[in-house]
Amino acid sequence: MQLSHEALIKAYRDMATIRRFEERVQEEFSKGGIPGFVHLYAGQEASAVGVCSHLGPRDHIASTHRGHGHSIAKGCDVTGMMMELFAKQDGLCGGKGGSMHIADLDQGMLGANGIVGGGPPLVVGAALTAKTLNTGNVAVSFTGDGGSNQGTTFEAMNMAVVLQLPAIFVFENNGYGEYTGASYAVGSHDIAGRAAGFGMPAVKVNGDDFFQVNEAAREAVERARGGGGPSAIEVNTCRFYGHHSGDAQLYRGKDEVKRLRDERDCLKHFRRRVTEAGLLETHELDAVDDEVAGLIEQAVAAARAAAPPDASALLTDVYVSY
Amino acid sequence: MPVKTIRQALQEALVHEMRRDPRVVVIGEDVSGGAGTEGGRDAAGGVLGVTKGLIKEFGESRVIDTPITESAIMGAAAGAAVTGLRPVAELMFSDFLGVCFDQIFNQAAKFRYMFGGKARTPLVIRTMIGAGRSAAAQHSQSPYHIFTSVPGLKVVVPSNAYDAKGLLIQAIRDDDPVVFCEHKLMYDLRTEVPDEAYTIPFGEANVVRDGDDVTVVALARMVHYTMEAAEKLANEGIECEVIDPRTTSPLDEDTILDSVERTGRLVVVDEATPRCSMATDIAALVADKAFAALKAPIRRVTAPHTPVPFAPSLEKLYIPDPERIAAAVREVHGYAR
Repeated sequence: MQLSHEALIKAYRDMATIRRFEERVQEEFSKGGIPGFVHLYAGQEASAVGVCSHLGPRDHIASTHRGHGHSIAKGCDVTGMMMELFAKQDGLCGGKGGSMHIADLDQGMLGANGIVGGGPPLVVGAALTAKTLNTGNVAVSFTGDGGSNQGTTFEAMNMAVVLQLPAIFVFENNGYGEYTGASYAVGSHDIAGRAAGFGMPAVKVNGDDFFQVNEAAREAVERARGGGGPSAIEVNTCRFYGHHSGDAQLYRGKDEVKRLRDERDCLKHFRRRVTEAGLLETHELDAVDDEVAGLIEQAVAAARAAAPPDASALLTDVYVSY
Repeated sequence: MPVKTIRQALQEALVHEMRRDPRVVVIGEDVSGGAGTEGGRDAAGGVLGVTKGLIKEFGESRVIDTPITESAIMGAAAGAAVTGLRPVAELMFSDFLGVCFDQIFNQAAKFRYMFGGKARTPLVIRTMIGAGRSAAAQHSQSPYHIFTSVPGLKVVVPSNAYDAKGLLIQAIRDDDPVVFCEHKLMYDLRTEVPDEAYTIPFGEANVVRDGDDVTVVALARMVHYTMEAAEKLANEGIECEVIDPRTTSPLDEDTILDSVERTGRLVVVDEATPRCSMATDIAALVADKAFAALKAPIRRVTAPHTPVPFAPSLEKLYIPDPERIAAAVREVHGYAR
């Protein structure tokens, strides 16, 4: 389906925002401004944006440890996100969650997740709420190739089929689970095929191509909203950084990352596609890049300047105090 | 004697035992790493390098990289253990216990008793514990007390390289499931470690420091914080006896009780959350069996009863520190009825 000018600009802006966000997070992390661990999403932007462009704030997603892209695509505020990564009081989780637990329930974002395979069962729950309350909402789980192997993921897919829930299982196959190749760890080499075995429509798309992801997601979301039950989408994609920032990436081939950046950059593919088709002008895309760069700089500056959580925050948000 | 890190000591223990017994295998996520990649095997060697290089000597049939599927890892290791292998299974972060608890709690731990004493399950689960790296709520916990609460599991919580090597060899030679908890901030800590293989029996505490005034029981990283506090307190004229139980199951009750019989005062330091914890367990033990000797209330220095916060400023408050330990010792030392 042909997207409107406005939708194309929004898609590009969201992808560019993710890219810029992750590049700046990498820089700030390297400089020591961001504590803990960060797992960067750069390279996979077409997946998050291609899927989330069909979702509204009352639809839910659950994410992975590599959750910044999903959060931005789902509408989370980038300044609130950056503040969270910097462990600041005004971060999306008050500085108590960090990169691996970034969440914004107001935007339908059920959280990044420190547990591989933690999200899919939660999405079954969100889809159960939608079906039971007849809201017309859908729920999407983003999982990696690594998470696709987890028992929790299998159980979630089966239950979604059994209960015919408006759930969509997106498997972002970036070729690696941590430091191990998906070609080793996914026994069937076919995540979509395995999902189909649970009894739901499942397709494989090229994650370098926003439009393929977007079209597959449109069909899956329409099916779910229309009462047609769950679907699965395997997005073949790539990550430009390591498993986490600071990963020595000894498992990579020589020049592998350069090759990925040259040949499989979903933003470059998008630019080429829309300019060659005369849908957007280069200067329009450049203007978006500039706007996004400014936005992210503001977010970084705000995050640096913000206050850390008050000491009292250690003991709040608990059910029982001792 | 050569000085080695905990990381080196653990690797030496694995190498000794894998050479000695072909049934010993290492299994887990990225224990070599790089399977199915252009870069090739041994790209990781465990997330913090303990199993780095093992695949070169022992091959992929004994250094087994798995998918990220903790239930299958723990279940396979338990099943292999009860049928003839001696697996050392790696649960990368102890927090991932949540994914695979059944295979540990309902399966491996119960085989011997449930099968009328006929089963042996020589399984070691190596796992990382500890806060202090802003790894947040799902990568920073210290749930040794959860393991300890399960009948059928032995639990090791070493605090130095010498103990780590001897206890890991003991764990591998043990015929029962052993959970071996390694603190993520301690891998580079050095002590003297012999090159040869040796064992340290389970259930024998190490008296790290002698003292007659206050007994302080501490585990893992807290042993070091307690020693810092004890040195400071010695300058104030308070002599702590610092006891590192080394294993929480079996627990060396006698060493703790004998010490409290002499000092009459107990502080327990525990990085884990306080409810149903080792701190509570040891406090209960002493209240139960050495009540008459107590001259002051028992004090527990623990994390608060919350998840581990991400922000470094909060995490610092979360983890017990030498100042809090010293304050608790001063309080019980100065207590008068």
